[in-house]
Amino acid sequence: MSTTTSDIIDKLAGIAPGTHLHGIRDQRPQARENAQKSYLALFEPEFPGNVSAIERYAIATFVAGLHRQPAVMDFYASGLKNSGDADITETVSAEIARGSTEGPYGHYPPGPLSAEDQDGLDYHVSVTSKGVLGRRIAAALEHAHLLVFRPRDASAAALQKLLDAGWSTTDIVTLSQLVAFLSFQVRVIAGLRTLAAAHEQAAVEIERASIFTTVLASGGI
Amino acid sequence: MAESTLTHPNNQEPVVFTQEELGWLPWLEPYPADQLTERHWAGLVDASRSKSPYFLLLARDPDVLQARTKTDKDIFYNTTNGLPRAERELAATATSRLNGCIYCASVHSRFATQYSKRKGDVQRLLDEGVDADIDPRWNAIIAASVALTETPISFDKNHVEALRTVGLDDLEIIDVINGSAFFNWANRLMLSLGEPTSPTQPAGRV
Repeated sequence: MSTTTSDIIDKLAGIAPGTHLHGIRDQRPQARENAQKSYLALFEPEFPGNVSAIERYAIATFVAGLHRQPAVMDFYASGLKNSGDADITETVSAEIARGSTEGPYGHYPPGPLSAEDQDGLDYHVSVTSKGVLGRRIAAALEHAHLLVFRPRDASAAALQKLLDAGWSTTDIVTLSQLVAFLSFQVRVIAGLRTLAAAHEQAAVEIERASIFTTVLASGGI
Repeated sequence: MAESTLTHPNNQEPVVFTQEELGWLPWLEPYPADQLTERHWAGLVDASRSKSPYFLLLARDPDVLQARTKTDKDIFYNTTNGLPRAERELAATATSRLNGCIYCASVHSRFATQYSKRKGDVQRLLDEGVDADIDPRWNAIIAASVALTETPISFDKNHVEALRTVGLDDLEIIDVINGSAFFNWANRLMLSLGEPTSPTQPAGRV
């Protein structure tokens, strides 16, 4: 079984129909189809609830940016530009730079694992940015940063901050899925892109080796 | 505020990684089980999941939950060709170990043990962490999972090469990528929407 259409992961990983990796992805048809359905349920939801398109794209742009995945970030940033205004897009981009760090870090419940505790950036949206983004998006970006870089520091208190900023319980589930799904999607894309590049490199090496053999056989060297 | 978080002051969280069965307590009110509509049941995929506070909480956004669950099932249960189930669970366990999800690591280390029959090696990953030196094949799968889990992602051609050296083909490498990537999804939900309970406590009753 083989599909001729590409999904969003193929598009962002640069995998064209008919290629080796496209065919291999087809061997996990449910995973392929449902990763795409997850994307659609989050970005073209049939029942969007209280979470706006601007909020969804702002969070996705931020999460992709924190992962330093420019192709994915640009994709969601263009969604943000189309559904929001330029100020928000620019502000999210500034916040990505402010939130840039490396993970995962964080703390364990006190005990033997405390030896592995690792401090790191406790990110907060700047006051100026908060003015542009509003308190809902600002709180969402702070929560997204927590989930991206130090998920083991998550707490009921962090969820309370979202409730206080106007996110309902159901909104928080959608927000959590957005950040968690993006964390999956960028990794599949980055992994496939690396595998595709390794493939191309191997193909080039085989070609070079065969040219070399031909040259040798013709007595050229 | 109309809504607030749920707290569990009497819960004693597990403080080590374990293969024992843990429980999980939500920090937000799950969707009421007696009000589930057809769309929610579709989101839960398996009716038995309506007993789980975790899945009932996620059922608040049922379409995403349904797609998430079906993605999960194909990545781990579709063993037509590709990586053996034990090693997909190993990728899930290594990812959970690095992110620090004690609950996820408990479930998937049990699966890794069940399918590999290598309880001691799995336990070393839990006890020593992702730098545990187990054997070349497991080390390569763990290292690839770690590189995929780091932010920014550090998975590169050397990881691909290492996986090929220990015998993985492209489909099997994609199974590692999918398994680790999926647990970067799952860990973040489990860690941020509730807390684990210790094996000695009755699950979900605190």
